[in-house]
Amino acid sequence: MIKAILIFNNHGKPRLSKFYQRYSEDTQQQIIRETFHLVSKRDENVCNFLEGGLLIGGSDNKLIYRHYATLYFVFCVDSSESELGILDLIQVFVETLDKCFENVCELDLIFHVDKVHNILAEMVMGGMVLETNMNEIVTQIDAQNKLEKSEAGLAGAPARAVSAVKNMNLPEIPRNINIGDISIKVPNLPTFK
Amino acid sequence: MPAPIRLRELIRTIRTARTQAEEREMIQKECAAIRSSFREEDNTYRCRNVAKLLYMHMLGYPAHFGQLECLKLIASQKFTDKRIGYLGAMLLLDERQDVHLLMTNCIKNDLNHSTQYVQGLALCTLGCMGSSEMCRDLAGEVEKLLKTSNSYLRKKAALCAVHVIRKVPELMEMFLPATKNLLNEKNHGVLHTSVVLLTEMCERSPDMLAHFRKLVPQLVRILKNLIMSGYSPEHDVSGISDPFLQVRILRLLRILGRNDDDSSEAMNDILAQVATNTETSKNVGNAILYETVLTIMDIKSESGLRVLAINILGRFLLNNDKNIRYVALTSLLKTVQTDHNAVQRHRSTIVDCLKDLDVSIKRRAMELSFALVNGNNVRGMMKELLYFLDSCEPEFKADCASGIFLAAEKYAPSKRWHIDTIMRVLTTAGSYVRDDAVPNLIQLITNSVEMHAYTVQRLYKAILGDYSQQPLVQVASWCIGEYGDLLVSGQCEEEEPIQVTEDEVLDILESVLISNMSASVTRGYALTAIMKLSTRFTCTVNRIKKVVSIYGSSIDVELQQRAVEYNALFKKYDHMRPALLERMPVMEKVTTNGPTEIVQTNGETETAVLETKPPHSGLQPGSQANDLLDLLGGNDITPVIPTAPTSKPASAGGELLDLLGDLNLTGSPVSAPAPQISQPPFLLDGLSSQPLFNDIAAGIPSITAYNKNGLKIDFSFERSNTNPSVTVITIQASNSTELDMTDFVFQAAVPKTFQLQLLSPSSSVIPAFNSGTITQVIKVLNPQKQQLRMRIKLTYNHKGSAMQDLAEVNNFPPQSWQ
Repeated sequence: MIKAILIFNNHGKPRLSKFYQRYSEDTQQQIIRETFHLVSKRDENVCNFLEGGLLIGGSDNKLIYRHYATLYFVFCVDSSESELGILDLIQVFVETLDKCFENVCELDLIFHVDKVHNILAEMVMGGMVLETNMNEIVTQIDAQNKLEKSEAGLAGAPARAVSAVKNMNLPEIPRNINIGDISIKVPNLPTFK
Repeated sequence: MPAPIRLRELIRTIRTARTQAEEREMIQKECAAIRSSFREEDNTYRCRNVAKLLYMHMLGYPAHFGQLECLKLIASQKFTDKRIGYLGAMLLLDERQDVHLLMTNCIKNDLNHSTQYVQGLALCTLGCMGSSEMCRDLAGEVEKLLKTSNSYLRKKAALCAVHVIRKVPELMEMFLPATKNLLNEKNHGVLHTSVVLLTEMCERSPDMLAHFRKLVPQLVRILKNLIMSGYSPEHDVSGISDPFLQVRILRLLRILGRNDDDSSEAMNDILAQVATNTETSKNVGNAILYETVLTIMDIKSESGLRVLAINILGRFLLNNDKNIRYVALTSLLKTVQTDHNAVQRHRSTIVDCLKDLDVSIKRRAMELSFALVNGNNVRGMMKELLYFLDSCEPEFKADCASGIFLAAEKYAPSKRWHIDTIMRVLTTAGSYVRDDAVPNLIQLITNSVEMHAYTVQRLYKAILGDYSQQPLVQVASWCIGEYGDLLVSGQCEEEEPIQVTEDEVLDILESVLISNMSASVTRGYALTAIMKLSTRFTCTVNRIKKVVSIYGSSIDVELQQRAVEYNALFKKYDHMRPALLERMPVMEKVTTNGPTEIVQTNGETETAVLETKPPHSGLQPGSQANDLLDLLGGNDITPVIPTAPTSKPASAGGELLDLLGDLNLTGSPVSAPAPQISQPPFLLDGLSSQPLFNDIAAGIPSITAYNKNGLKIDFSFERSNTNPSVTVITIQASNSTELDMTDFVFQAAVPKTFQLQLLSPSSSVIPAFNSGTITQVIKVLNPQKQQLRMRIKLTYNHKGSAMQDLAEVNNFPPQSWQ
């Protein structure tokens, strides 16, 4: 069983934290800090497995991590999971994120935490692996997003419509298009606010 | 009130904060805004607010006031609201809040919703944080969804069922009918989660395990299809078709095949196929191979397959990828007990891993190396391990040192080698050695009588330069105290003898006493050593007297007490001094695995000396054991002479077991160097021999093991309190014929799982007419608590002819071995 999934950056700031076992909020923050300490000390060319820190179960649990650019993806698992399998799972997760966000980077994770949670929920449920087929996951996520959009999404209907129009960049239409002798007069288009 | 800012705005704002305090301020402001918005019961913007709350929660700020809002969101009709609401519930709520029960109704409704995504959300939340009450209420719905044809929902329902079973194991039966068709699915997602569900059920209940065994052929078929199917773009990961599913199935096969011959039989082919056909260039292939190897080792596979598995592990060890090497070392550690010889073949690679830079790999390699040490390779392995001890990180040194001591004790080819090894450990990792190593070492040194001169010389040289490593100094002081005369006389066969004068020796001991680096325990050792030298040295007695009297006013109470009492020895009891400070006799000890409890039977002294003897000095110098026996009023048991194993062929290798010497010697557990706590080991007031083992013998009936031709042998039993796998058998041999039996030799053999030690018999003549008996003590170690059986061989001379007989003893009472 997967006990926790943590994503944090090179300075230890959490970008996503999902716990599949009950910890109080203080403990959760402490676990994030402790895990960061353990993982950041590791050299680049050592193996990706670590014994878990004391707060998260000590040597019964393992930390399996992967370092991508500025982010650490850490899965804390117990002995019933295959270590190499989890490594592959992390890879699939990141590739799925990449597909959903188009060349995902840390900023995407920062600004769309809820979406990342949704994607994760399609892959891991209750600490167990649910789906590993990337295309399947992406399809489901797209369908759900569409459903959300049809209801007008997070921001609330009125604001959305307004901002949509506000952002519409009507190009400055030239009044006179001079192509040599031909002169076409373009009527004055009303401006929207 | 203006519309609450969007999540993105909030994040942007927070990121502009330059200090923690600024961030806190912004968040507090926003929290206040959110709280008032909640109070206004604004439906439109609720989901936005909760989303922001969740973000702040992730950063570590309290967000509990949003819990009820999440519930309201879940109850809403809009999908967006539900999505955020359920996410909030998973992150903010748990079983400990009463609020969560309010969700139950919502989830129930959503489980029957028309939109599959809503149903999916409900299943997900239930599967993540459902409490036992919720699970009990909703299990029926989950079970219904398990049978649906919608694969999206089916796979979620399967994992939800796993969670329900974990919370409420009694409901497992309920899901049984639904599992019938699970494996017939084509959808890999459903297959995967079904296998997880089956695995969980099999792990929890042996009945389920038996029930699902019949699925083995189907699983094998699925696995086969996966391997043979060729390229399938849907499930392909680096060229292998759905490795996650393969790994899961292999794990389930492992659980099903354990301890079951038929299932293991059915799996052999497919396992061999996977093992040989999987491509190992990428991590994926290795993951599958690793799982295969674990499965092969766990089920009752044929030996060819096992050898294949270990070879795969050996290949892993040579892989460049650290992860692979790590998992290989971990699995070899698990299999080293059962397939010891096969793992031995890879010993050199494992030893090479000790030199790896990666800490995790080093630790695994160290543990595995200790498991691999045996009588044949002990010299080579020790060299490597000592080198490792030199160069490893401090966190390893303590474990490594203890491991080396244990291994050296078990497999030392010679005493000199043993002592050399221990000295080497003490000098390299002296400060990391565990405290119990010192008494062990002292006991070892006393036992190797012929090495005394060599040992003391080496120890002296070792502390000449550097006396900061406490364990080393303690052992050295003790030895110098005991064997100082050998040191000074310069007789040493093994090495070039060095010229040391008495003054030089006292110099070094005094500097230990004075040095700031010495712990108070060490000082105690040094002082006692100096005292002992007063009888061994001839010219420097006055100096010793001076030193001892100085410490009579030491601030350290321990030292002061010792010094005062030693002073008294010089003044009032000078006539007793030589007797008191005589050479220590050989000690017996109890070894168990791990921290040893030392029980010393110090040679005791006459009771009269009780008052002057510093009761806390653990190192009681004493007279021979025989004196004790006189005190005990004529026990005619001979003192224990540690018998070199005259034990018999079946006594499995070496001194794995040195048990406490003869039962009837009094000794109370005195830890040798601990000067503080021992009570005077002279519980002789009652003069009853206080048996060291609590006499549960009263409970275990004796048996007659052999009764033929007038020779009768009785066994009586005792079990140890401290070590329940030890049984001590005392045999009494009696002779009812008219002539004596002479040259009586008793030999015994036990099955391989036991270990046996025979102590010396009381005599070799059994007088006739039952007028006397021969007594002998046998110690049996029975770690696996198997039924005790023994074959005995008796040889003796009777009526002028040599007699010999073999017999088997099977009538051991159950209390003697259970």
